[in-house]
Amino acid sequence: MSGLARGPSPRRAAALGVAALCVLGVVGSGARVVEAAPAVDEYDQLEDPALQSRFERITSELRCLVCQNESIADSNVELAADLRRQVREMLLAGASDDAIFRFMTDRYGDFVRFRPPLETKTLIIWGAPFIMLALGGIIIVRVVRQRSRMPLDDEVPRGAN
Amino acid sequence: MWKFILPITAFIALAILFAFGLNPNRDIHALPSPLIGKPAPQFSLTDVLDPTRTVSNASLKGQVYVLNVWGTWCAACRQEHEELLAISQQRVVPIIGLDYMDERDKAMQWLKQLGNPYQAVAFDTDGRTAIDWGVYGAPETYLVDAHGRVVFKWISPMTAEVWSQEFLPRISAARRGGA
Repeated sequence: MSGLARGPSPRRAAALGVAALCVLGVVGSGARVVEAAPAVDEYDQLEDPALQSRFERITSELRCLVCQNESIADSNVELAADLRRQVREMLLAGASDDAIFRFMTDRYGDFVRFRPPLETKTLIIWGAPFIMLALGGIIIVRVVRQRSRMPLDDEVPRGAN
Repeated sequence: MWKFILPITAFIALAILFAFGLNPNRDIHALPSPLIGKPAPQFSLTDVLDPTRTVSNASLKGQVYVLNVWGTWCAACRQEHEELLAISQQRVVPIIGLDYMDERDKAMQWLKQLGNPYQAVAFDTDGRTAIDWGVYGAPETYLVDAHGRVVFKWISPMTAEVWSQEFLPRISAARRGGA
């Protein structure tokens, strides 16, 4: 339970951790580092396999806001369990995927989605990997060009004799 | 030339990133609430202290009020409790409590022992009201105006400073705007 509580003391450490993660995130952009086992509820699987697979996909695309790098499918926090129950009930009531995502973003904001909609303020999130890739490409091309102009190690420079 | 410009630009970019990212005053867990400016979600729950009584925010329409989300399991709520008591003494606005993910006995005992700053405390047994309000932890404190719109959300323990700097100006603005 205490994982939900907030106090000012761990903030600095958390900020440092996030900075470190940011650096790691830039390095390994897009790679999912941890594959956690899905959280277990007291509920049985949904009877309809189509509903069950939608349930699994939707809950894996919603962020648990308590432990912010886990999805609500993976998290064992109570809020995640409450949100899973919500998704379940909405699916059984015949809600569309869009309606479920809208329900969540109306309450928690776009941050609740691991795949935020493409709009002006999220442009940098969607654009960053391509910018990184382009930057990396430019650097590689420059380095390779520079090196290809240098003499090979075993080549005796002309006029050395 | 590039040999100098590139590392320096990279350094400045990182410095700016860290200046924001490592700022100790910034709460990295505080997310902007999409509820700001929107009608406050309605709730009708039982009162923690009296299960036969109903606490509903529909009856608060027309007045500015504060909704404070707490639970006995939350250490930071204990930390802010003193301040909530002091605020309730000022009698500026009614404070409504939303007891979240809690047990009734424990909540009753908490209020008896530490004092009760709330006009009424709604008991959110299954967390549905909390989901409607976009609660993702405790304590969280919302300010609702006379039109029933959420004006402000504070994520962290309440302090005297936060109350006077973030809440009081908004309360008087809300009163000027919609009395």
